[in-house]
Amino acid sequence: MNAIVSAPPARRTPRRAPVLLMSLLVALVVSVALSLVLGSNNLGLGTAVRVLLHDEGSEAATIVRDLRLPRTTLGVLVGLALGAAGVLMQGHTRNPLADPGLLGINAGAALAVALAAQLFGIGDPRGQVVFGFAGALIATAAVFAIGSTGRQLNAVPMALAGAAVMALLSTFTSLVVLSDNPTLDVYRRWVVGSVSGRDASISATVLPFVVAGLVLAMINTRALNAVSLGEDTARGLGQSVAVSRLVGLTAVTLLAGAATAAAGPITALGLIVPHVVRAVTGPDHRWLVPCSALAGAVLLLLADVVGRLVAGPAEIPAGITLAVLGGGAFVVIARRTRMAKL
Amino acid sequence: MAPLTRTAALGARRHTRAATVCLVALGVLLLVTAVGLTIGEYPIPLGQLPELLAGGGARIDRHILFDLRLPRAITGCLAGACLAMAGALTQTISRNPLATPDILGVTGGASAAAVAVIVFGGGVYSLSSGTITLGVPVAALAGGLLAALAVYGFAWRHGVDGFRLVLVGIGCAAVLAALTNWLLILASINSAAQATVWLVGSISAVSWNQAVPLIVLTALLVPAALTLLRTLAVTQLGDDAAAGLGVRIQTARLTTIAVAVGLTAAAVAAAGPVGFVALVTPQIMLRLTGGSRPPLVASALGGALLVQAADLLGRTAFGWEVPVGLITAAIGAPYLIWLLLRRR
Repeated sequence: MNAIVSAPPARRTPRRAPVLLMSLLVALVVSVALSLVLGSNNLGLGTAVRVLLHDEGSEAATIVRDLRLPRTTLGVLVGLALGAAGVLMQGHTRNPLADPGLLGINAGAALAVALAAQLFGIGDPRGQVVFGFAGALIATAAVFAIGSTGRQLNAVPMALAGAAVMALLSTFTSLVVLSDNPTLDVYRRWVVGSVSGRDASISATVLPFVVAGLVLAMINTRALNAVSLGEDTARGLGQSVAVSRLVGLTAVTLLAGAATAAAGPITALGLIVPHVVRAVTGPDHRWLVPCSALAGAVLLLLADVVGRLVAGPAEIPAGITLAVLGGGAFVVIARRTRMAKL
Repeated sequence: MAPLTRTAALGARRHTRAATVCLVALGVLLLVTAVGLTIGEYPIPLGQLPELLAGGGARIDRHILFDLRLPRAITGCLAGACLAMAGALTQTISRNPLATPDILGVTGGASAAAVAVIVFGGGVYSLSSGTITLGVPVAALAGGLLAALAVYGFAWRHGVDGFRLVLVGIGCAAVLAALTNWLLILASINSAAQATVWLVGSISAVSWNQAVPLIVLTALLVPAALTLLRTLAVTQLGDDAAAGLGVRIQTARLTTIAVAVGLTAAAVAAAGPVGFVALVTPQIMLRLTGGSRPPLVASALGGALLVQAADLLGRTAFGWEVPVGLITAAIGAPYLIWLLLRRR
């Protein structure tokens, strides 16, 4: 790892990015296979493929088709979404501390989920996904309204507005959660982030938003490259900073909003993945966005599999495994290599 | 010559403005504190306050004031000042308006350790009072300092660079937050509720046991922070320029980080990780004083005022005692939003 990363900067983008992209595609296929095969009930790859193709009605078929396939699909969607959203968010705010939740997305979703639990007793993922997504969208609209100073969307006020709205909403969430123990119980399980216990309808609900978000994100990459040279330079290159920012932040809202609604806030993923990928691909967003999306999916699937295996019959939610393993690995990488600045 | 005089005049005007902001904040802080000392289930007339503070007055009044309200008021003021000052230091050293002492690992380490004590102790109700008054603050202090040491150690590689520190801080904060969340899921629902209150930040149960260590640490650390003022101004010019001006950049950075860590650990051990003070106060005071970087003294006064006002509001305005950390965000966030909106 170290040897590759410390190669001279001039050779970075042209050769390494496509290699990374191809490796990540292979890694994604492998992790999907692992996610279908491994768990408290380990199956052979042959069995898994066979029961995927023909529903035999056996126990293995039930495990793969009803439990592991929806979970894996959701893991891929959420991972792709958060990886891409993280890059866009850090690129547009030019802030390494920016995460996809910075637009108020997590805080809005969290408040909506807590309120849904307290007012309507909703504690299952199917109800949470609708409330979570609505809460995320409303909060993000507020952040846009506050942070867009004057005619152009400026990065620093936007980030601060996000932080302020986030704090305000978390206050309400804490008030709701502290007033009632059953609500706290639902909330503490939601807030760690997990892809388990979600049936296929959850993936189907968020799929259109994730696809739309990914398309917008790819459209946004060229403009984002110009913006990251500085706003004046971008304007000189004929880019409208306000338009590109609006497109980018809309993509973040769709991606992170859908992901958080479906799986809870998995903030570590969107925060960490872009830094690691940037160290390999360099700052070109045309490579950064797809590579981070794929890396996000691979990492989330692997974290979920590890969480299934290490704790025996119990499971550690993917959000926790991911933060511990990913955070630890991230510290090592940040220490050993020269990370690309934003 | 002309531009120079203009700059000097602007500079002078800014100093006057900063001094005015500080004086106003100090005045309001004293007022809010005095009102806070008199209000409660057992009211004390404002006029009696000087006499009581001098050691006179009725015995019961003195007991209420000195044993219950004064430690709480002092803890509120000092915790707010420490957190805000630490925020100003981290934002300056990382040149990042989103940076808080969280990226130094202190709050994450303190939270994980304190929550572990609460959860493995089986919740506050089954803990002995000694464990509550000593165990949780000591665990928080130790956890905070250990985590900060780990972050600094991991970030060290031929010196500590601000950007690498931020990245290592993100990684460590993610790990510690995940551990804290994991503990909260494992816990019984009652322990989880107790731990959640601590995580929000609360000063409702503080006594001199928490106030005295905080006073001592503040008395040591605030002067240390103030000696950094000139160095911080120079480091804003960039590493090379600062080195050219004779500032030993690594020493300056280490000192700043150490002071910020100490301030945060002291505040968090006494009051818990009171939300939002470290992030928002420096940004608000920066906009009010109109300088080029978060001001130290003004931030400290603003932080003290924010926490003190939040505590007063939290224990009077609602039917129950709302933890101070919830109110700081509820006051601070709209104010920051208003400042952002006004800039249009």
